[in-house]
This record gives sequence, C-alpha cells and structure tokens, in this order.
Amino acid sequence: MIRLENLVKDYGTVRAVDSINFEINEGEILGFLGPNGAGKSTTLKMITCYLNPSAGNIYVEDYNVADNSEEIRAMIGYLPETNPLYLEMTVFDYLKYVANMRQIKGKEFEKAFKRTINKCGLKEVVAKPIHTLSKGYRQRVGLAQAIIHNPKILILDEPTSGLDPNQIVEIRELIKELGKEKTVILSSHILQEVQALCDRIVIINRGKIVADGSQAKLTEDYSNRARLILHIDATKEDLVQINGVIPSAKLVSFKPILNDFNEAVFEYTPTNDVRKDIYNYIKEQDWTLLEFHRDYISLEEVFRSLTVEGGNQ
Amino acid sequence: MHYIKTIARKEFTSFFKSPAAYMVLVGFLIITGWFFANPLFLINQSDLRTLFSIIPIIFLIFIPAITMGLVSKENNNGTIELLSTMPVKSSDIVIGKFIAGLGLIITGLVLSLIHPITIMLIGTNVDVGAMFTGYLGLILLASAYSAIGLFASCLTKNQIIAFIISFVIIFFFFILDYALFFIPSAISGIFQYLSINYHFSNIAKGVIDTRNVIYFGSLTYVFLFLASTSLDLKKR
Repeated sequence: MIRLENLVKDYGTVRAVDSINFEINEGEILGFLGPNGAGKSTTLKMITCYLNPSAGNIYVEDYNVADNSEEIRAMIGYLPETNPLYLEMTVFDYLKYVANMRQIKGKEFEKAFKRTINKCGLKEVVAKPIHTLSKGYRQRVGLAQAIIHNPKILILDEPTSGLDPNQIVEIRELIKELGKEKTVILSSHILQEVQALCDRIVIINRGKIVADGSQAKLTEDYSNRARLILHIDATKEDLVQINGVIPSAKLVSFKPILNDFNEAVFEYTPTNDVRKDIYNYIKEQDWTLLEFHRDYISLEEVFRSLTVEGGNQ
Repeated sequence: MHYIKTIARKEFTSFFKSPAAYMVLVGFLIITGWFFANPLFLINQSDLRTLFSIIPIIFLIFIPAITMGLVSKENNNGTIELLSTMPVKSSDIVIGKFIAGLGLIITGLVLSLIHPITIMLIGTNVDVGAMFTGYLGLILLASAYSAIGLFASCLTKNQIIAFIISFVIIFFFFILDYALFFIPSAISGIFQYLSINYHFSNIAKGVIDTRNVIYFGSLTYVFLFLASTSLDLKKR
C-alpha cells in the first residue's frame, strides 16, 4: 500500500534519512522503532507530505508524493509528535474545523463527530477549550483529529509520549482497535509499546534501516546468545568452575538473593544448548536448586545490539 | 474555494476570541475619531481629507499588528504541520488568512463610516464621490499592507519579528514618495511609481485610475505569491 523507494532527506549537510526502502501492506500495523534522532519523525513527515524528500520517492497506492501530494494527504490521518492543537478553540470547534478542512460537512459531520468522540472517549469535554484539558485528553483530541475523516492510513508519531501508565494503556487499546480496519504506522522508542501493538517492526538507526520483520523473526535472527538463569546456594567460585567442565557456558552475572541463595546467569550460544550438561553437573553437587530457566532474548536487547553496538562499529 | 472559506472563517472568528481584535478596532476608531473631529469642529472643514491622509499612517502600525500572528503563531505552535498535511494548497492557506486579516480591517473601516455619515448629515457641499473613492482607496491600501504583513508572518515563528519585518517593508513603500528628493531625476519616476502614497493620494482625491488599482492589485498579488512560496519552501 505504501512503498518507500531510496528515500533520502538532507538537512543542510546532515543526512537524516539515508536511502530507506520498505513497503507497508494494507491492514498492517507497522512499528517504526529507533533511538531519538534516528530519522523516524523525518520519514513520517515525508510520508505525510509535510517535508519533501531530498531524493527518492514515496508511493501510496497509485500516487506518489512528488506529483499527487494532495491525494495522498487526503488518504492519511496524522498525529504529529508534538500534537499541535489550537488551544483557544473548544474540542467541538476544533474537530469541526478539521472536518471541514477534510470536506466533511453538515449531516456527514454530525455522524463522523459522534463516531469519533465515542471512539476517543471525548464525550465529557466537547464543550471545553482545549487549553483546559489534561495531556491525556489532548492526546485523544489529537487522535480524534487524525481519524475524523476515516482515513485508510493512520500515521502516529510517538502517540503515547508523556502520558501516565493508565493513559498509555487506553491509547494503546484505541490504536489496537483502529488497527483492525486501517493501515497504521506507529513510531516509538518505547519497545513494550511496539511489542504490544505491532505486527511488524522496522528498526531505524542513523537514517538507515537496520532490521525489518515480525517481532518473533527479529528476536530469532538477532539473538546470538541465550541465557540461563539459576537460583542456587553455590558460591561464585564453585560456579566459575563450571566453565572448566562446560567451556561454552560462561558466568556473566552473580548476585546474592535471599538467605544463602544467589542468582547466577550463564550465557551460551543458542546453537549449542548446554542446559543438559549444566543440569547434570549440578546434580552431582550437593547444591539446592530453586530455579532453572532460560531467558529469551528480548526485543530490547535486539534493539540495543542494533542501535548502540551497530552504531559504534 | 472551500478551503479558503473554511480557513478565512476560522481565522476571522479566532480574532474575536481574544481581546486583540477589540483593542485594534477600538484603538482605530478613537484615533480616526480624533482626526475626524478636529478639522470638522475647529476649522469647519466638511470633508475627510485629513482623515484619509492620516489613515495610511495608522494602518502602518495597525495592519502589521493584525497580520503578525496569522502564520507565525502556527509556526510557533506547530499547528502549521497539521495545516500543511491536510489536502490543501499553500496558496489556499495564504489567501484564506489574507481574507480574514483584510476582513477585520474592513470591519474597522465599516465602523468608521460613522464619520462620512455625520458629515453628510451636518455638512454643506459634501463631495460624496470623493469619500467613496477614498474608502475604496483605503481598502486597496489595506489589501496591499495585509499581503505584506502576511508574507512577513510566514517567515518567522516570532510575532514581534513578523511585526517589525512587515512594518519595515510597508514603511519602505510608504516613504519612497518623500525620498524622491534624494534620488537622481532619471530614475525618480520609477521610485514614484513604486510609492504607495503616490497611488493612494490619486484615489483619495476622487480619481479612480486603473493604473492605481493595478498597482495595489499587483503589490497584493506579489506578496501573497511570496507568502505562499515561502510556505512551500519550508518543505525543503
């Protein structure tokens, strides 16, 4: 549905986005992930036609941003990162203005307005000026603005930034529901959010795409080490000795927990499963084992390995 | 057309949601009232010539004050991002806002019609034609000033800077007529043609010359065009 082709954006001499290519299919919720300043917002701004690409092009259905910017803008609902609002207007006036700008008038507006405020939970505040609203409500107004014309594509730039945990859950629920019928691109640097919402994840770092795929695929592709966590009453010296017997298992962390027990973390390469060997070794000793489990590598670690270590190389 | 109407209506109503519009209108009426009442009562002059010669100077302050926030506020709040991601052309945004700004000034002029009406009621030998063309000239003048103000407002996030830029540009066109003395006579014709005062004084005298109308029209057009171009250039 949306295709980015060799997309480049230069700010003066700084290259913010460096020949990005990817495609977004209809009905997909795509998580656009990256550290601050990676080029997420810039890419989204180019898709929404707020910025022109320095090179490359973006295709939305049969249109492209260079020639059919207005048609594309009509298909997109956009919530910018800063969530700009006309603070002096009431929620009703504001949504009416936005709807009018989207060619929705009269009866059609009444219908769209009712549908939108129900979805966004704005019923109690429609008559209030926006500057009196809390941050959570403002974010909902911003979201209402983006969906009032029932767009096929929804682009949300860090939709939950600055909200409290309850509000984050509410906004996520809403996005999940909207994602059932729309194509959604969601940018974020909060990993749990992307994990909770997205079918597919694209990770961007320093203007380049470093990973693209489903969450399961990413954690599988990029996990080059597995972890084994033990709660055991052995000393550190005893545990270090395991390495002598099983060379591929390395003790990476050790900390005391309750009573005589300690938490020990072993790392090993996933292709060479050492769990059996370690278990057999422990069985031979006079230790009490309380816990023995493998820790799956998290998206967070994938993210860190791609954006921190990758950037330093 | 639909977008222009929507933007113009929104901007115009938002003028009246803050005290600024009322202050501008009241201030305008107090100052024009003074310059109207003075010649009428002190020297028994039953025309608006003094008033018409002073309004271009009042506009020099008032119009930049009205137009300074039109786009710069959106730049500052970031709402320009919202506006320019809607399916609307930059030229529609500019024209909509221009109409709103000019609308507020015309509101002020309509309220000031109390002066010509007073003169018609109590004066003798009233030249109604000259008053009519005078008002027409003021509207043309206001449209050129507003276009300049709007252009300045597109350039910056800061309302004060927008005010100063538009004041300087308008003042340049305004002062040209008075600076002709310093300009070599070979090119003084060009400078005179560029001067706002030269064209306005013709209309205020009661002469509607297409040259003057074209002058104000093209000045308005050029600055609206520049404003819309500057919005497009922001996308680079």
